[in-house]
Amino acid sequence: MIAVEPEIESDVDGVTLDASAAAVELHRKLGLTDHELAAITDRLGRAPNDLELAMFSVMWSEHCSYKSSRGLLRTLPTTGDDVLAGPGENAGVVRIGDGLAVAFKLESHNHPSAVEPFQGAATGVGGILRDVVAMGARPVALLDPLKFGWPDDEATRRLVRGVVRGVGSYGNCVGVPTVGGELLFDSSYTDNPLVNVMCVGLVAENGLAHAIATTPGYSAVLFGSPTGRDGIGGASVLASANFGAGSAEMRPSVQIGDPFAGKLLIEASLELVERGILEGLQDLGAAGLTCAASEMADRGGTGIRIDLDAVPRREDAMAPFEVMISESQERMLAVVAPEDVAAVQEVCRRWGLPSAVVGVVTDDGDLTVVQGGEEIARVPAQALASQSIEMNRLASPPHRHRAAPAPGEPALAHDGLPERGMDPGSVLEALMGHANLGSRAWVTTQYDQTVGTDTIEGCDRAAAVLRVKGTRKALVMATDSQPAVAAYDPALGAALAVAECTRNIAITGARPLGITNCLNFGDPGNPEAFWQLSESVRGMGEACRALGVPITGGNVSLYNESPLGRIAPTAQIGALGLLDDLDLLIRPQFRNEGDLVVLLGEAGAGMAGSAYERIAGAAPDDRPPSLDLAREASLQKLLQQAASDKLLNSAQDVSGGGLAVAIAECAIWGGLGADLILAVAMAPAVTLFGESPTRVVVTISPERWNGLARLAAGVRVACRRLGTVGGDRLRIRLVGVGATGAAEERGAGIADEVDVPLSELRKAWTMAVPRVLGEEGPA
Amino acid sequence: MKVGVVVFPGSNCDRDALHGARLAGAQAELLWHEDTDLHGADAVILPGGFAYGDYLRAGAIARFSPIMGAVREHAARGGLLLGICNGFQVLTEAGLLPGALRRNATLRFEHRWVRLSVERHDTPFTRGIPAGQMLRLPVAHGEGSYYLPDAELDRLEQSGQVTFRYGLPEGNPNGSARDIAGVTDVSGRICGLMPHPERASEALLGSDDGLLLLRSMVESAAQVEAVA
Amino acid sequence: MTRFGFSIAIMPREGILDPQGRAVEAALPQLGASTVHGVRIGRRIELTVEADDASTAREVVERLAAEFLANPLVERWAIDEAQPLAGVAG
Repeated sequence: MIAVEPEIESDVDGVTLDASAAAVELHRKLGLTDHELAAITDRLGRAPNDLELAMFSVMWSEHCSYKSSRGLLRTLPTTGDDVLAGPGENAGVVRIGDGLAVAFKLESHNHPSAVEPFQGAATGVGGILRDVVAMGARPVALLDPLKFGWPDDEATRRLVRGVVRGVGSYGNCVGVPTVGGELLFDSSYTDNPLVNVMCVGLVAENGLAHAIATTPGYSAVLFGSPTGRDGIGGASVLASANFGAGSAEMRPSVQIGDPFAGKLLIEASLELVERGILEGLQDLGAAGLTCAASEMADRGGTGIRIDLDAVPRREDAMAPFEVMISESQERMLAVVAPEDVAAVQEVCRRWGLPSAVVGVVTDDGDLTVVQGGEEIARVPAQALASQSIEMNRLASPPHRHRAAPAPGEPALAHDGLPERGMDPGSVLEALMGHANLGSRAWVTTQYDQTVGTDTIEGCDRAAAVLRVKGTRKALVMATDSQPAVAAYDPALGAALAVAECTRNIAITGARPLGITNCLNFGDPGNPEAFWQLSESVRGMGEACRALGVPITGGNVSLYNESPLGRIAPTAQIGALGLLDDLDLLIRPQFRNEGDLVVLLGEAGAGMAGSAYERIAGAAPDDRPPSLDLAREASLQKLLQQAASDKLLNSAQDVSGGGLAVAIAECAIWGGLGADLILAVAMAPAVTLFGESPTRVVVTISPERWNGLARLAAGVRVACRRLGTVGGDRLRIRLVGVGATGAAEERGAGIADEVDVPLSELRKAWTMAVPRVLGEEGPA
Repeated sequence: MKVGVVVFPGSNCDRDALHGARLAGAQAELLWHEDTDLHGADAVILPGGFAYGDYLRAGAIARFSPIMGAVREHAARGGLLLGICNGFQVLTEAGLLPGALRRNATLRFEHRWVRLSVERHDTPFTRGIPAGQMLRLPVAHGEGSYYLPDAELDRLEQSGQVTFRYGLPEGNPNGSARDIAGVTDVSGRICGLMPHPERASEALLGSDDGLLLLRSMVESAAQVEAVA
Repeated sequence: MTRFGFSIAIMPREGILDPQGRAVEAALPQLGASTVHGVRIGRRIELTVEADDASTAREVVERLAAEFLANPLVERWAIDEAQPLAGVAG
C-alpha cells in the first residue's frame, strides 16, 4: 500500500476546476509537498504531467524513497569480506563457502496488516520471498516477528488470528518452512501492529542475480500475474479526476496474495536464473512497474521505455497511471537479450504464468512511458530512484524523565498477577505464564516448520537451525528486538537487540555472518519520533561494529502511530549465522541427569524494560541494564570456542524473564529439572529475573568443568557453577542478603527458594498464549 | 528400481520425496505433470504440497493433469502408487482411493509430530515395518480429516484397507474418522496417508521411522521388477 | 414470531483478485472446457432467523453479513428473498 494517504473523496465529481488550480491541488492530493513539486519541476526542467506526478508521488513516498532515513542509514557498517550484496539490493547476500551464498532480509508490512490482517500478512510474506528470489536465491526459511496490542478485546484477537493465518497461508503454500519469529503483546502496538517477515535463501556464489539493466536494446519482460488495480490508494484521486463519478467501490485497493501464483513465480524465476540468460531480475513490490523499471535502469546507468499496451492486465479500461503504479502481486521484471526472450516465455508458459515484452532498455537514462505509440511520460530514472528527494528531519529527545514507565503498561489489571514482593516461585510461574514469555505453539503449529527436510531446530527456540544438504554446514537464524528498553533509551534498545540476536546465533556454536533489520518507528515529522529513529540507528551501528557483523540490508517502516500514541521504538533485528560443522551443533535443552549447570557472564543492575517490571512494576528511578559490547564479543567468541572444543551439552541465553526463566525453558524442553544455588548480589529479583545482557546458561559433563573454567578465564568471562540437572522439579536456593514476600514477613534474611514441579511450570508455559486469546485448551 | 515423483504446479514436497526415496535405496526422478509418460518408474509417489493452490478443493484440479492417465494405467497394472498428504488428497479426488479429506476439526493448519500404528503388515508399504513398531512422523496440513459415511467406513475396516491410525500420546491431529491416517485400495498397492514419511527419513530431522515405509515400498517394487 | 430462511451469496468484489477463480479457469482446458471464462468463486451461507416479520428478519441478516459473514473490504454480498418457514418458533 502506498504510505501516504491524502483525503480521497470524489468531491471533484461534477465540479469544474480551473486547470492550473487543479494541477496545483493535484500534487498535494497525491501526498507531495510544494517543495517536492518544485524539486520535481527542477529535475525535469518543466512541470510534470499527471502521470509523471503519480509516478513521483509513489517513488518519493517515504516507503519507497526512505527520504527521512537514508541519511541515517548511511552511517551503518555494511561491508565485509564475505558480503556479496549489501543494502540497496533486493536482499543482502553473504558467502558461506562450498560455492554457496545466503540471501536474507527483513521487511515490514505493518499498515496493510492493520487494514486487512490476513491479506496484509500474506502479501508481506509474498513480497519478502520475491526479494530473495530476485537475488537468484531459493528461499529456504521464513521468520515472522509479530507485535500486537494486548489481546483482551475481540478486535485485537481477530487481528492476531488473521495475521497468523495470513503468514501461514502463504508460507505453507509455497513450501518454505517458517522456523522462527517473535510474538509480543504491548499496548503501544494496539492501533499499529507490526508484521515483520524475514526470508533466507540459498544461492550458488556465482549464480547471483541483480536488479540491473545495462545493455541498450535488451528486452524487459514482465512475467507473473496480470496487472490489476491493487494497491492504488492515495493516487486514486487521479482516477476521480479523470473518470468522474467513482466511489471507493470502483477502486479496490486491497492487495490480495495468491500463493499458488507465488510458488509458480519462484520456480519459473529460479529456472530462468539457472539458465544464465538474465541480465537483470527485479521483483515488483511497492510502486510496481514504475519502481522496478526505474531502479533497474538507474543501477545500470541506462533508461527503459515501457509500452503500456503490452502489459498483461486483469481489468479493463485501466488508466496509464494505474498500470504504472499498480501493486498487483506475484510479478517480476526480467531484462534479457532479445534472442533469449523466446526461452523466457517458454519457461513462463510451462509454469502457467503470463509473460510479455513490455519494454526495451535505452541509453537515454529516462523511464519513458508509451501508449498507443505516443510518449506520455518521460522522467530521468535517477530522479525517481537513487536521486529521489531526501529530507532533513529534526531530532529532539523527549522531555519526560528517562525512567518514566514505558508506553506499555504493566499487565496487572489483565491477569491479576502477583505483585512485587511475592515469593520467587510464584513470580517464576507468573512469568512462565505470561503471554510474552510462554510457549508460542498456538502460533507455530499453524506454520509448516519441516517442509524442505532441512529443519534441525525450528520454532520456539532462540535460533532456528537448517542444514545445508550436500555440505557439513548449517544455517542458523534468529530475530530479536528490545522495544521495552528502547522506550527508555532507543540506542541501548537497538544495541541490546543486536547483542541478543547475535548471541542467539553463538549459543548454537555458530558464528554470525550478517545482520538485517526492520526499523519500525513513528512519524518522522515528529522530532521525538525522529530522535528515537536516529538513536536506534546509532545504537544498532555501534553494536554491529563492535561485534564485527555487517548490516547487509533492511527496511524502514515509519508513521506507526495513531491519535492514541506512537509505538515503542522497535528496531527489529534479524541475524544469519553459519555453523561450519553440524556435528558441533549445541541445543538449548537440558540433556543428562548429573550435568553441571554453569552460568557464563555476570548479572548487572537495572530492571526497567524487563518482563518482571511488566508484572510487578518498577521503582521510579530504576533504569534498564547496561551493555558492554566488548564483553559481549568475548562471550560470543568463548561460546564458539567451547562448541568447537565439544565442551558444552547445552546452551541457552538469558533474556526475557531473566535467568530463572532461561533455566525453566531448558528444563521444560529437556524434561529434566535442576537443583541450583544462586548467590544474590543485589536483590533476589535482579538475580532471578533481571534481564541484563551477555549471559548464557550452559550444561556440561562434570569432567569438563576445568576446561570450561580455563577457557572462560582466558577471555575474562565470569564462569560460575550453579548446580546439577536432574529430577522433575526446578529448585533454586538463594544465598546472600535480600528477603521478599513471605520470607520478608517472617524476618528471614534471604528470600525463599524456588521449588516448583516441572509439570506446573510446563502447564503455565503451555497455557500462556491460548489464555490471553480467550481459547480453551493448549494448542 | 526407480521411483517417479510427480510434480504438479504447486507441489512443494517433491524434492523431499526424491530425497526420501533415494535414502530408501531407489533411483528417483521427477515427473512433470504435463508428461504422459512415467519414464519407466516402478513406483510412483504423488508428493505433498498445494497442487493448484488447493483451490476449489485440495487435489480437485490436479486429478485432471495429463500425467494422471499414465498414473492410472500404472496402478491398473499393479504398479505401486503412494500419495503423501496432498498426494493422498489427489488420489481420493481421482477415485483411486476411497474417502475424502476435509478441513481439520480445529479449522487450523496443524503442524505436529504424530505417532502411527500400523494396522496391516502385509502391504508393499508396510511389510518391512516390524510388528508393534509405531511410526513417528510429522503432519502439516489444513485439510486432513479423513471422512467416509459410517457404513462405508465399516466396509473399509472389514476389507482391511485401513493401514495407519493416529495413536497416543499425540493422538489424532485433525479429527479424522476412526483416527484413520492412511488407507490402501482393495489391492493394497495404492496407499495414501496424510503424515510425511519423507520428512522422517533421518534421525537428524527428528525421526527416521518414515524410512521404514519408504524402504518397504522400494524393496517391494524391486521384487516385482525382479520377478517381471 | 415466524422463522424466515435466507441465503447469502458472498463473492469477491469487482476488481479484487480472485486466485481461486483464476486457477480453476486456467485448468478448464484440461477438462475440454476452453469456452468457459470469467470464473469467480465465492461461498453461500444459509440460515434461519426468528422475527415478527420479513423486513425485521432481513435487517438482522444485513447486519450479520456486513459485520461478520463477509469482509466488506474485499467481498460483496447478496441476500435473497426471505422465505417464511413452516411452524412457528416458541
